[in-house]
Amino acid sequence: MDKANEHCVGPQSEAAGKAKGCEGCPNAQLCASGAARGTDPDVAPITNRMASIRRKVLVLSGKGGVGKSTLTKELGFTIGRLNLQVGLMDADICGPSLPRITGTLTGEIHTSNEGWEPVAVDDNVGLVSIQYLLPTKDEAVIFRGPRKNGVIKNFLKDVTWGELDLLLVDTPPGTSDEHLSTVSYLQQAGGCDGAIVITTPQEVAVADVRRELNFCRKSNIEVLGIVENMSGFVCPNCRGESEIFPTKKGSVLSAGERLAEEFRVPFLGKIPLDPSLMMSCEQGEPLRDHLEANARDTGKKEPVVSPALVALTAVATNLLKRLNLPIPKQP
Amino acid sequence: MEAVKNKLVVLSGKGGVGKSTVACQLALGLAKRGKKVGILDIDICGPSVPKIMGVEGKDVLQGEGGKWVPVERDGIKIMSIQFLLENASDAVVWRGPRKDACIKQFLTDVQWGGLDVLVIDTPPGTSDEHITLCECLKGHPNTGAVVVTGPQQVACDDVRKELSFCRKLGLPLHGLVENMSGFVCPHCADCVPVFSSGGGQQLATDYNVAFLGKIPIDPRLASAEDEGVHFADAFPASETAKCINSILQQIEGKLVS
Repeated sequence: MDKANEHCVGPQSEAAGKAKGCEGCPNAQLCASGAARGTDPDVAPITNRMASIRRKVLVLSGKGGVGKSTLTKELGFTIGRLNLQVGLMDADICGPSLPRITGTLTGEIHTSNEGWEPVAVDDNVGLVSIQYLLPTKDEAVIFRGPRKNGVIKNFLKDVTWGELDLLLVDTPPGTSDEHLSTVSYLQQAGGCDGAIVITTPQEVAVADVRRELNFCRKSNIEVLGIVENMSGFVCPNCRGESEIFPTKKGSVLSAGERLAEEFRVPFLGKIPLDPSLMMSCEQGEPLRDHLEANARDTGKKEPVVSPALVALTAVATNLLKRLNLPIPKQP
Repeated sequence: MEAVKNKLVVLSGKGGVGKSTVACQLALGLAKRGKKVGILDIDICGPSVPKIMGVEGKDVLQGEGGKWVPVERDGIKIMSIQFLLENASDAVVWRGPRKDACIKQFLTDVQWGGLDVLVIDTPPGTSDEHITLCECLKGHPNTGAVVVTGPQQVACDDVRKELSFCRKLGLPLHGLVENMSGFVCPHCADCVPVFSSGGGQQLATDYNVAFLGKIPIDPRLASAEDEGVHFADAFPASETAKCINSILQQIEGKLVS
């Protein structure tokens, strides 16, 4: 289908082709005929692309700002450096973070007869994001749902992902168009292998994440595990511990542990707040590289031990086990 | 909506920077200063306002003409989809058009009455909810936006897009607030830029928008919100309360009486 109008109601809508927003749209006639409401013809090409990808995993939350993109980035780099082939799909159309935090803001998606080539962010890791397609970096992406769905479809249908061990899909907060479309297409195109759900310790986050877990249940998405991010803070100056985002008063279990128990899903671990992790995102590099660079800059023999890196590495290993993706022999 | 003197939209673009925090602190603060205040939560998927305002799970009644009577707390009128859910943990899995219809109803079918200011909390992004809200408020006088950012570049990237959005859709900008701006370690009093630093001020300069101030990370604010307690009431002498108050005063100065 050609590029739809800004106020597109979606080809599946009863008013498709006839609504006010359809005037002047190149697809109006097709939609009005009802032809677009049948089986989506894009399912077949999406299925073809997904066939060479061993596992597809969503990174979800429900709550914004909990670290979905940060976790996607670190998992991508960590798993890629274990010599597995990883694709990162940035399904956050309005607020795409992955290009910045992987250091590829100036990346470009090259197109050929084969399709759209992902931007290489590391030796074994490729990324697609709407950020790469914007004419200017700060341009707002003011898309209603159907246009966002169109972009997601492009990412699944037109990108030459090739043979991947793992496709990680970073999502925006919420449970709306982007989530519905991604899940629907993946499930029609061979299946979705599950989701990692991220929370932070506060109740205000837990409430949103509970809704996300219910969304997973209703949509038959297996929750591979819950990660609790921003869980405790160790001052880099004095090593004193604080709880910046306190968990529920009187609770023995942390927020993530409680959710895991309530929904009977695995708890993958807690990741503490680490200014190094934040700075690695600011500078667009993997946390490990950032720590090594810091060590070199300060004349230290070894990088400082980061509890966040330890926790992230454990989440990556745990995830691979749950996905039944053995780690190849390392050279 | 005609009887609502000022509409104050709290936006970000980035999730988790504290839109709902700022929206609720503004509402509570303005009410304390004698204003008639309402707060509308148009975050359909992740409604946080009821929890922060301490009115989670309350029922909304239908009044005259079938209009919804908002929930009240300390005289502040509050509306959110959270009140209409049978079960607070239900996911609201709606595509754009359904969310739009809900937002329109919240603006026209709620008995807001005569308010000095209606604070509108939004979800992150620049999509259906934001487009519909701006379309509904177009032409309404005394409408303005407060944009919230975090200090880090990845937040500022999204907020830049939000500022572009406001300009494109003709939504006047009252100013920018930088939230989670540093953490003062209680053990050594060192101020740690947990979420980096400086992004908000730079952004305000780049976009020629008033920089209203910074709010530091304060675990007591996070706890107060989880418990539905008014933070500034509980810790009035705190640095955080002073920062919030300064921002409040500047915004109050931009409202018509």
